[in-house]
Amino acid sequence: MNDIIRMTAADLATHLQSGEISAVDATQAHLDRIEAVDTDVHAFLAVSSDALDTARRIDERRAAGEKLGPLAGVPLAVKDVLVTTDMPSTSGSKILEGYMSPFDATVVRLSREAGLIPIGKTNMDEFAMGSSTEHSAYGPTRNPWDLDRIPGGSGGGSAAAVAAFEAPLALGSDTGGSIRQPAHVTGTVGVKPTYGAVSRYGAIALASSLDQVGPVTRTVLDAGLLHDVIAHHDPHDSTSLKDVWPSMADAARSGARGEGLAGLKVGVVRELTGNGFQAGVQSRFDETVALLTQQGAEVIEVSAPHFEYAVAAYYLILPAEASSNLAKFDSVRFGMRVQPEGGGTVEQVMAATREAGFGPEVKRRIILGTYALSAGYYDAYYGSAQKVRTLIQRDFNTAFEKVDVLVTPSAPTTAFKFGEKLEDPMAMYLNDITTIPANLAGIPGISVPIGLAPEDGLPVGIQVMAPQREDARLYRVGAAIEALLEQQWGHTLISQAPALGGK
Amino acid sequence: MAKDALMDYDKALELFEPVLGFEVHVELNTKTKMFSSAPNEFGSAANTNVSPVCLGLPGALPVVNEQAVRYAISLGLALGCSIAPSSRFARKNYFYPDLAKNYQISQYDEPIAFEGSVDVEMPDGRIVTVPIERAHMEEDAGKLTHVGGSTGRIQGAEYSLVDYNRAGVPLVEIVTDIIYGAEADAPELAKAYVATIRDIVTSLGISDAKMERGNLRCDANISLRPRTAAGEPPAPLGTRTETKNVNSLRSVERAIRYEIQRQAAILASGGTIIQETRHWHEDTGRTSAGRPKSDADDYRYFPEPDLLPVEPSVELIEELRAALPEPPAARRRRLKADWGFTDLEFQDVVNGGLLVEITETVAAGATPAAARKWWTGEISRVANVQGVEASALVSPENVAALAGLVDTGTLTDKLARQVLEGVIAGEGTPQEVVDARGLAVVSDDGALIAAIDDALASQPDVLAKIRDGKVQAAGAVIGAVMKAMKGQADAARVRELVLERAQS
Amino acid sequence: MSEISEEQVAHLANLARIALTPEEISSLTTELDQIVDSIAKVQEVATPDVPATSHPVPLSNVFRPDVVGNTLTIEQTLQNAPEHADNRFKVSAILGEEQ
Repeated sequence: MNDIIRMTAADLATHLQSGEISAVDATQAHLDRIEAVDTDVHAFLAVSSDALDTARRIDERRAAGEKLGPLAGVPLAVKDVLVTTDMPSTSGSKILEGYMSPFDATVVRLSREAGLIPIGKTNMDEFAMGSSTEHSAYGPTRNPWDLDRIPGGSGGGSAAAVAAFEAPLALGSDTGGSIRQPAHVTGTVGVKPTYGAVSRYGAIALASSLDQVGPVTRTVLDAGLLHDVIAHHDPHDSTSLKDVWPSMADAARSGARGEGLAGLKVGVVRELTGNGFQAGVQSRFDETVALLTQQGAEVIEVSAPHFEYAVAAYYLILPAEASSNLAKFDSVRFGMRVQPEGGGTVEQVMAATREAGFGPEVKRRIILGTYALSAGYYDAYYGSAQKVRTLIQRDFNTAFEKVDVLVTPSAPTTAFKFGEKLEDPMAMYLNDITTIPANLAGIPGISVPIGLAPEDGLPVGIQVMAPQREDARLYRVGAAIEALLEQQWGHTLISQAPALGGK
Repeated sequence: MAKDALMDYDKALELFEPVLGFEVHVELNTKTKMFSSAPNEFGSAANTNVSPVCLGLPGALPVVNEQAVRYAISLGLALGCSIAPSSRFARKNYFYPDLAKNYQISQYDEPIAFEGSVDVEMPDGRIVTVPIERAHMEEDAGKLTHVGGSTGRIQGAEYSLVDYNRAGVPLVEIVTDIIYGAEADAPELAKAYVATIRDIVTSLGISDAKMERGNLRCDANISLRPRTAAGEPPAPLGTRTETKNVNSLRSVERAIRYEIQRQAAILASGGTIIQETRHWHEDTGRTSAGRPKSDADDYRYFPEPDLLPVEPSVELIEELRAALPEPPAARRRRLKADWGFTDLEFQDVVNGGLLVEITETVAAGATPAAARKWWTGEISRVANVQGVEASALVSPENVAALAGLVDTGTLTDKLARQVLEGVIAGEGTPQEVVDARGLAVVSDDGALIAAIDDALASQPDVLAKIRDGKVQAAGAVIGAVMKAMKGQADAARVRELVLERAQS
Repeated sequence: MSEISEEQVAHLANLARIALTPEEISSLTTELDQIVDSIAKVQEVATPDVPATSHPVPLSNVFRPDVVGNTLTIEQTLQNAPEHADNRFKVSAILGEEQ
């Protein structure tokens, strides 16, 4: 049944609907794959012991003639930042080791209701702080294209899981690129929806005003199918939008048919191209832009003068919000507790627990955020960063007056090696330069694979961004790019990934 | 705890001018909490009124209770405040085990209501206008129980237990501007101010306003500034202390008086006041030093990213304004007239902080006179002896029931006082106490006549006197009968019957 | 240079309730100094005429009706507690002996 794991979610769903493949078979095939390759990849922190039972129930319901959702029976990997009632939720941190949530994240609940089968929790940088999963307290995830390289972060586990065929679909969260950058370095698809399109309830908060949950898949259509499952208004999340969304899967299908490229105005952001970008990343990007032009799109260079301040603003807003969001990990109601030598007051117990329970990057950002909010610095740092946010939104607004979508390389480089940027936090932070502006402005972004960099043979992605609430545009354009390139290559990019130790 | 030196109150006032400020926290009586649909209920079993939001569980998010916002706007309007067209929630960051998220969702630079004033009636009938700086919405914290050590206090405890039932209960914090000119009446003003806030929130129906339950809590800021000679500029404001844990109207008054005397003694001896939180101790009538204010109080406020601005429409504000109850001062005038109390009687009620109790007792069926008699009389006396709030002793319904038993002749006044004692002791409703203690007046004439005949037979000389028309001689027989009936007889009826039987 | 001192980092660690080791304080001081140097540039364009944005998508008046919903069972409430007694969460004494 090696075929099952290589199928797209859309194809697998069709076979499930027709009864050619059962949910139990689909689930078992992926569990076997995890068993075979995850020792090498380490995409998962937990594997569900309920998955086969859940699959059996789906098969029974289908056999009983019940009308199920289009993805019913398809396995799903869930980033460990999302709380689940049937598996521990640690957010990649020691401080939450073994934590069992009494409730499911809204996206997990919606996925279960749609008949998807959660098969495991995926690895991530601790509390989603990082771009490499090297900051996971449970050890890094390895990039299926090259096990010595990072799979991106923070959602390296979800991206590696789909790239290594351990799951056809995964859920991720994107605060500054944690879905899109891993997609870029693993040759997969990742979407950060419009802020508020997908509920944050049950996503362990990193930076509340930036976090957004989204799909991680191997194809644009699969992302659209999962997006349609999770994008609904949620009264538990005050920032959840009440919009009624068009089907993203339909948008992807229309894009794949080649609709919508003729006359499409595509903006290339001058500040996010050229200097500082790896040659092979840049060349693949340029080729793709040229391809769009060939297809009748109008490519326009636009300027976003304040993007150069985006990383700085982001690394003030994120740590500030995170320093507050992570205060709840205090050893009182849940999580690790460390007793200082010779006992101590509750204050000392809290401090000892947080010292032992948080990794170095988490401590660094908490201290930075505490600094940014502290008396006398607020206006200079946090206050200024919130103003930069306004300026970046204005840059986007100006650009979207001229163009329908913006495109950039999804990240400046291909997958780097473990340890390469670990000692230089600022270099690591700058890796997010392309993805951060969308989070600051709340707009949607997708990363779609566009080939391998000639110099290292590693995947490269293009990022497409659209105005707030225009998520469907990403799917149309993303699917069009995907279809054109696959037509050119005669195969999918992911099919070129090296075979792993698996059978 | 070392005893503080205190200066004589009048002397303190000669040397210093007291400057006041109050922060009153009002717990709203919404059905659910401020940011979660968990019930807002007092007295439930520990940790049963909690949701993931109340516990600050990973992934939980707050959502604002609309009713709490409406209540806060109504309260703001009743305080004469402007309602902000846009106000925001902010996080106040500090670690404490009763604060589940280790930040409190409050409002900081954009409160829902600002710049108002409240007219407060002093014991002598004078009206003082207290300026209000702001009223803002926030959430309450959980409850800590300190275990071990001798006192059940935080000092010396071995460990503490946390119950989050109260965590997230909606609060409105009312902050006054600096209050000058209270002078020697500062303690009375403090008490009258808190009583007025209590009246306002009670008449709005937005809080149970029971101080003993912590529904209404007052933090009192006090500083003293030295008086300067006429013509000289006033001295700068002194360092203030913030007295917390003041859980009754009586304590508000006492705590202010105590702090004035304590600070005056320190200043007069050349000492300096430390800016600190002080805790009021009801039992000792003193305040003790709490945490000093320091740079550890860097709360790192920032706009709450999980919540959105509150932007009440003009229509909503006007709807709530139109529904406001009459202001306390007007209400008092009306109640005084309705109840037919004299100036003195009414002042007694106001000074006792008993307007609400009497209103509710009358609503429960008592006459205003009976309600006043019980509340300002026996109940206040017992409250004073026990050092508690009168309202904490007995419910208005029970007082009305007690008055009813007197009216129907079931109880004499004297018996009723014994019944009240039983009700206060927790023995049940007045009727239950009457039944259990067998305290009802003996209204069975047969039993009375038997006792009277016995008494007359044993005192033939008295009988003769009565028969001679010396009616006052009956007193001796009445006394004997009352004694025989253990006081449970109506003396007037006994007298009637004695005269009747003597002639037979 | 932003000139962050070790004392400042120690103070921040205290505010954030993290018992950093002296080595951590020392290395964080260096790192923070570099990071703050590069992020302080936000001040260059954050002029007074620019309003602050705290929510990427502007919404207001998002409320919940005052209707009681589900609560956790006591088992759910306490299931992750490091220590509990009497259906309450148990913590060490709040004040040290010297207080």
